Amino acid sequence: MLKALNKTGLVFFPAFDWAIDPTHPEREERLLYTQDQVLEEGVFDIPGIVEYKPDLATAHDIRRTHFCVPDEKSVTTQSHLISAGGAMAIANAVMNKEVKSGFALVRPPGHHSMRVSHGGRGFCHINMEAIMVEYIRTQFGVKKIAIIDTDCHHGDGTNDIFWHDPDVLFISLHQDGRTMYPGTGFPGELGGPNAKGSNLNIPLPPGTSTEGYLYVIRNCVLPILAEFSPDIVVNSAGQDNHYTDPLTNMNFSAQGYAHLTAMLKPDIAVLEGGYAIEGALPYVNLGIILAMAGLDYSGVIEPDYNPEKLKQSVSITDKIKKTTDQINAYWQQRHQLREQAGKPGELIVRHREVFYDTDNIFERQKEKIWICRDCGGSFEIDSKATPGHHVLGVHIPINACKTCQEKGYDFFEKADKTKYERIYLQDRPKDRYEIK
Amino acid sequence: MIIGLDVGGTHTDAVLLSTKGIEKIVKVPTDPANLFNSVLAGFTKLLDTTDPGEIQRVVISTTLTTNALVQQEMGPIGMIVSAGPGIDPKFFSTGDHYYTVAGSINHRGREKAPVNEMEIEDIAQRLKKAGVEYVGVVSKFCVRNPSHEILIKRILNKHFKKIFLGHHVSGNLNFPRRIATTHLNAAVFDLHKAFFEAVKNSLAERGLTLPIQILKADGGTMSLESSMDFPAQTILSGPAASIMGAIPYAPADQDVIVLDIGGTTTDIAFLVNKAPLLEPLGIQRGQYKSLIRSLRTDSKGIGGDSTLRVIDGKLTIGPDRKGPAMAFGGSGPTPTDALVVLGLMDEGDSQKARAGIHEIAGQLNLSDMDAADHIFKKCCTIILKKTFEMIDELNSQPVYTVHDFLEGYKLSPQKILLLGGPAKFFADKIEEMYQIDTMAVPNASVANAVGAALARTTCEVSLIADTEQGIVTAHEEDFAEPISKTYSEDDLIETAYTLLKEKALNAGADSENMEEVEVVEFQKFNIVRNFSPRGKIYRTKIQLKPGLIKGFETILHQI
Repeated sequence: MLKALNKTGLVFFPAFDWAIDPTHPEREERLLYTQDQVLEEGVFDIPGIVEYKPDLATAHDIRRTHFCVPDEKSVTTQSHLISAGGAMAIANAVMNKEVKSGFALVRPPGHHSMRVSHGGRGFCHINMEAIMVEYIRTQFGVKKIAIIDTDCHHGDGTNDIFWHDPDVLFISLHQDGRTMYPGTGFPGELGGPNAKGSNLNIPLPPGTSTEGYLYVIRNCVLPILAEFSPDIVVNSAGQDNHYTDPLTNMNFSAQGYAHLTAMLKPDIAVLEGGYAIEGALPYVNLGIILAMAGLDYSGVIEPDYNPEKLKQSVSITDKIKKTTDQINAYWQQRHQLREQAGKPGELIVRHREVFYDTDNIFERQKEKIWICRDCGGSFEIDSKATPGHHVLGVHIPINACKTCQEKGYDFFEKADKTKYERIYLQDRPKDRYEIK
Repeated sequence: MIIGLDVGGTHTDAVLLSTKGIEKIVKVPTDPANLFNSVLAGFTKLLDTTDPGEIQRVVISTTLTTNALVQQEMGPIGMIVSAGPGIDPKFFSTGDHYYTVAGSINHRGREKAPVNEMEIEDIAQRLKKAGVEYVGVVSKFCVRNPSHEILIKRILNKHFKKIFLGHHVSGNLNFPRRIATTHLNAAVFDLHKAFFEAVKNSLAERGLTLPIQILKADGGTMSLESSMDFPAQTILSGPAASIMGAIPYAPADQDVIVLDIGGTTTDIAFLVNKAPLLEPLGIQRGQYKSLIRSLRTDSKGIGGDSTLRVIDGKLTIGPDRKGPAMAFGGSGPTPTDALVVLGLMDEGDSQKARAGIHEIAGQLNLSDMDAADHIFKKCCTIILKKTFEMIDELNSQPVYTVHDFLEGYKLSPQKILLLGGPAKFFADKIEEMYQIDTMAVPNASVANAVGAALARTTCEVSLIADTEQGIVTAHEEDFAEPISKTYSEDDLIETAYTLLKEKALNAGADSENMEEVEVVEFQKFNIVRNFSPRGKIYRTKIQLKPGLIKGFETILHQI
């Protein structure tokens, strides 16, 4: 008798009527063959596997995470709200202990969406995992959360959202940014001054195979996770490291993804990218589901899988080992790095530019954050998009100390209304959002 | 005139209907050891005053298959299963003589690994040695490409009496259920064939030679001939018969709850605009899951003869039945005894009923009347609670498109129809407790036979057009045709209607009852490779809905 060892929840929302445009990789057909495989395997009939209907995320849910410019409605479609709501439905099932863990197979994806969202970048408009994480923190009072992003592209959106947050450990494994969109995610990108080391970026050389990928998980991700000891582990489960993915150059496999899931044991996985829709996704998704449920996944092998052909070279293995050592060193030094980043009470300014490839928008940001040893620190972001709007967003982190809460309001009250089209306040401790 | 006959667990009910209404009702006890005798007794009584020449239609519903499954009275069946990547097919074993073999087809229907013909020949020899006469063959994704099943059948043909193929069972994807369903078809074939041939011959001896229709679990009928390929579809036709019998009394454009309150269990089903809701994939009962098209029913272990107990000062009802009510000679009190004590039911020994209820009342510290009322109310509460749970479950079913998510149909019943022996006693109470218009169906005790008599032929076809591969297929119907790149969704629907019509006529439908066709599913996808469009995939499923044949309903309304 087939029976899930771990009770597992699934939200399956393939959005069969939504696409960025008809020939875009992010289109209706993307999860069609995955659905076929999952249905043919009778996965939903397995005792211990429960299918959930997605919820519909509200503007309020999005406002815990994003400054949508000019507003949520302009940036999202219904499909985005259902996709985020799908992740939230799984979060509810896991947090209410209806299931041990859960997987939201939803689209569109979200991990390239940053805190300020003027539109679409990297096929993403709002960040599903981040919206879910903020929902979990508000609804269930969970303090420490780890997000492991295993999409082949740097999860720069999620990285940005939790950049200043020492209570969220964000680790992204991705193909080296010098060879791949979005061109970021280097080991030195360790987070803001109050959260150095709680953001870890692990670039992998093109051609990394299952062996190399799992080496990083075993020797870097798992030990760091054990030390951080989060209350919840979230996996941004992109599937584009697969050896057949048309947009990337990696050599990962369905067996590799299943092993990865079994090793990582995420409480919640949320689908991200993955565009080898026929040859990879059906097998990768099935492998992840079986691994989560504690079922035998050894038979989930792509018909054209040939491990000999996918073997990584010795030089790749060496590079991966070096990166792993470097990341482990940064992690060990995280407290000193935070000390060196600035003195308490100091205001740190950062300038950056963000390009929205999907919607062709160019954004300039000027960010100011107070150094604080007691919390993540309140910050403001001055954001000007071309074409688009000039706005200011103020964020008070959920675990903000009293001083930083006051400093956040100070930012908001002092902001010059004549300079900005809109001024937003994200008060996470009070779960409030204000616009002036 | 038409005949409906339903072999139930305890009674075999038969009715003779004319355009004037119910002409005759027959009730004979069912002999579980000899269902054939029960059927024959029903027909003999029904026909003793009627000229067989006047009969235009005969529909039979039996528990033959259900009993065979429950009692595991099935001969040895060989199963040959090919899977490819995915869950180990050994988990889906049907018992002895289950072989997993080489060969793999992927989700697009492309062959990924060939069949090993020597391996099949070898298994055939082993099955023959074991005395196996019937074999089921199922390959994963056969509904996308049945060539492996067909090839294996060709090798087996000369060795066995009949081969059952997975792709004929259903157009739906679900490999484990397809294995179970193919196995069940093979396993009950012998029994089904012998039984219905005997019925056919006996009826012919009585001058009744018209084609016999058999009721299916989806509340539709099929001809005796077409039932030979899918005998498993007759499973659980009993509950379906009853639900169909409620349809004449359901208002159009409304959602209706149908409750069939029996001795041991209550069956719950739903009608939307006079059409019953169907299971999305097929019958499931506990661990047993199939692709047999079926009405969406659920049952709760509560009925007129349920055992009453008081545990820790609290009343429990069912789920077991020890015997009839004390009023009818049973040994322990039941809800029926409560009905007698309350003066709702005139039949039965009221003194014995009161003695039984008195025992419960004592344990509950209530007067006999209060205890009886408490039992009655609790029965209604349990049944309705289960019903509302089912409605919630139906309304929270996952959907896969933005459109369905936003526009999805929400079931909100405004009326309850009651069937079964105690139905008429429950109607007022349920209406009083829940403020929902509730009505006991007239002639509720033979609604099953009426439902069988009036059920029309149903069927379903699933089609896939793939303009990249240049083919439109309905493998369930052994249909495949080449298409051009310009094949459109209208072309697909037209092909689907043609196939459905053909299938319905073969299953014994008459042309005047073939209008209720419904597109159950339609999906369209662009196939894109390397950023350029390569073609389109269209998928559709259309069905001849379950419902009643024309010309009888208005008459029934006047009864």
